[in-house]
Amino acid sequence: MNQANWPDRELDGESIMVLEETLPSPLAPGDYYLSGNEAAAEGAIASGCDFYAGYPITPSSEIMERMAQRLPELGRKFIQMEDELGSICAVIGASWAGARAMTATSGPGFSLMMEGLGYAVFTETPIVVVDIQRAGPCTGQATRVGAGDIMQAKWGSHGDYQIIALSPWSVQEMYEMALEAFNLAEKYRVPVVMLGEEAVGHLRERIRIPERVRIVRRDRSKERPPFGTDEPNGIPPMPIFGDGAKLLVTGSTHDPWGIRKTEDPEVHSRLVQRLSRKILDRRSEICSTEEYFLEDAHLAVISYGFTARSSLWAVKRAREKGQKVGLLRLRTIWPFPEDEVSRLSQRVKAILVPEMNLGQVEGEVRKVARCRVMGYHQVNGETIDPRAILEAIMGGMDG
Amino acid sequence: MARDMDIYLREEVRTTPFCPGCGHGILMGAILRAIDSLRLPMDRMLFVSGIGCAAWIPSPHFKADTLHTLHGRAIAFATGAKLYNPQLITLVVSGDGDLSSIGGNHLIHAARRDIDMTVICANNMVYGMTGGQVASTTPLGAQSSTTPKGNTERPFDLCRLVEAAGATYVARYAVVQPILLQRAIQRGIQHQGFSFIEAVSPCPTQFGRRNRMGDPAQVMKALEASLVPLKKARGMAPEELSGKVVYGEFVHG
Repeated sequence: MNQANWPDRELDGESIMVLEETLPSPLAPGDYYLSGNEAAAEGAIASGCDFYAGYPITPSSEIMERMAQRLPELGRKFIQMEDELGSICAVIGASWAGARAMTATSGPGFSLMMEGLGYAVFTETPIVVVDIQRAGPCTGQATRVGAGDIMQAKWGSHGDYQIIALSPWSVQEMYEMALEAFNLAEKYRVPVVMLGEEAVGHLRERIRIPERVRIVRRDRSKERPPFGTDEPNGIPPMPIFGDGAKLLVTGSTHDPWGIRKTEDPEVHSRLVQRLSRKILDRRSEICSTEEYFLEDAHLAVISYGFTARSSLWAVKRAREKGQKVGLLRLRTIWPFPEDEVSRLSQRVKAILVPEMNLGQVEGEVRKVARCRVMGYHQVNGETIDPRAILEAIMGGMDG
Repeated sequence: MARDMDIYLREEVRTTPFCPGCGHGILMGAILRAIDSLRLPMDRMLFVSGIGCAAWIPSPHFKADTLHTLHGRAIAFATGAKLYNPQLITLVVSGDGDLSSIGGNHLIHAARRDIDMTVICANNMVYGMTGGQVASTTPLGAQSSTTPKGNTERPFDLCRLVEAAGATYVARYAVVQPILLQRAIQRGIQHQGFSFIEAVSPCPTQFGRRNRMGDPAQVMKALEASLVPLKKARGMAPEELSGKVVYGEFVHG
């Protein structure tokens, strides 16, 4: 890479060195008919994913199966580990060795990965975890759909921390978000979780593979400390093993050079707060939402993932019936798009949040909304019938 | 001729956290002398450790890339790094509880895969850092903070365990045999495939004290007296081997 490829980007008054480039897509550009899980694998591959470690679990296994075939074809690394504990740890180890590394799983496996996720947060290791959600808790309905891991993605590991979580609603977005997940992980040095659902993982539809894709790579410079910055919300550079940086990587509280400081209140407080602030202070550039028919809406549906498809159908039918209703679709779940939701709540009279859980995002909406908030919850292992959302909209308009 | 191991240590770290009489300092020296004898480039070395006293042998002392990981998961982290970059000379250094109890699954699977890494298990037969609780390696009848009436569970024979799982170099030596231990570490590093070296390293603080073994010197002497070479052990009855530590190379390529 020559120096010209390293643009000095101004960001919140502070410069972050990231390498951006566009590369030809490894899959020939054009239209394909793929499942969401296959598309997630292809998006990751297009993003330069060159290490995958995983363990079989329904309904995510097709991601691993496609990786098992495609990565060795491209001269990249694949391993089926002995369990999910090992999978996420191998992914973290590979990331420090320089890999764009990923694993995929579902509820029970995601639970096992929580300690590793916290390790990745605390050591600022870029990794991508795809969680194809099924109906929990516990083994639950292994082959059925759910969206019950929203809070687990954010709070499942112990201690205070922030991650980034994305919520795709289509096969196309499984591709695009898997691709973008690596860019976000590398740019912010944080684990990125793609929270798919069984329904989108197993959905088959047409997707378009682009000619070129945008790749963001981590800053590998060795001159500055790898675990601290002068700014209270900075992102340090991340060298890799074998580069001569003689890295000290530890999951214990550490100073900017990685030395364990497990009894220093100042070091711990500064580190924990920086890890949160480096994400929260960049909420506006990380968060992505989409608006439909919201200009004159009295009622807003806030929806994400597969359910947003049902919500959009319901909003369109309600509009046909003359109702002033619109949709805010959350593409980013964590950090939560508080500003978008808060602004919206000042324009509408009520918000409806349909979810395949018992109100996990509804609670986040309630924290910031200044209007009436209604939930529509379904936890029966099935996707939400768009007609049920339409009915809830019509009921909400009356209220 | 005495060699200066300072070049392998971080200047900013000048003391170890180990208790007086702990065997881990001897093991630390044996690892560095093995590296020195083989003239290995520290820039290509990766030391991975888990949680516990032995995990602090490489981190933060060794002047190389070190990855101090989660309890039990060192081998899984090392697997990812080594698989991605086979140029990294990968050593896992951790304790018996970390590698064989909470991390036992990764140990046997890495042995089965015959991944080219060297796992050095400092076996002190107890959970030292957390206060001397019973381990999967604690001898029958021994006192620990969670077996006040003596340990009633049979301990793992770690070398036989990893041998059965498919490890292609397996050796056990005690820290009272520093030269043999160093040579085994050298052979393990040179061996292409999964190498396992069990370093029996006594814990006078948590194990010796509770089992009334006397001061650290007496603990070391008792260990020395319990050593039986593998060849001799093969001709001995199981009863005769009770309380003994069998040393030697169990598997070598």
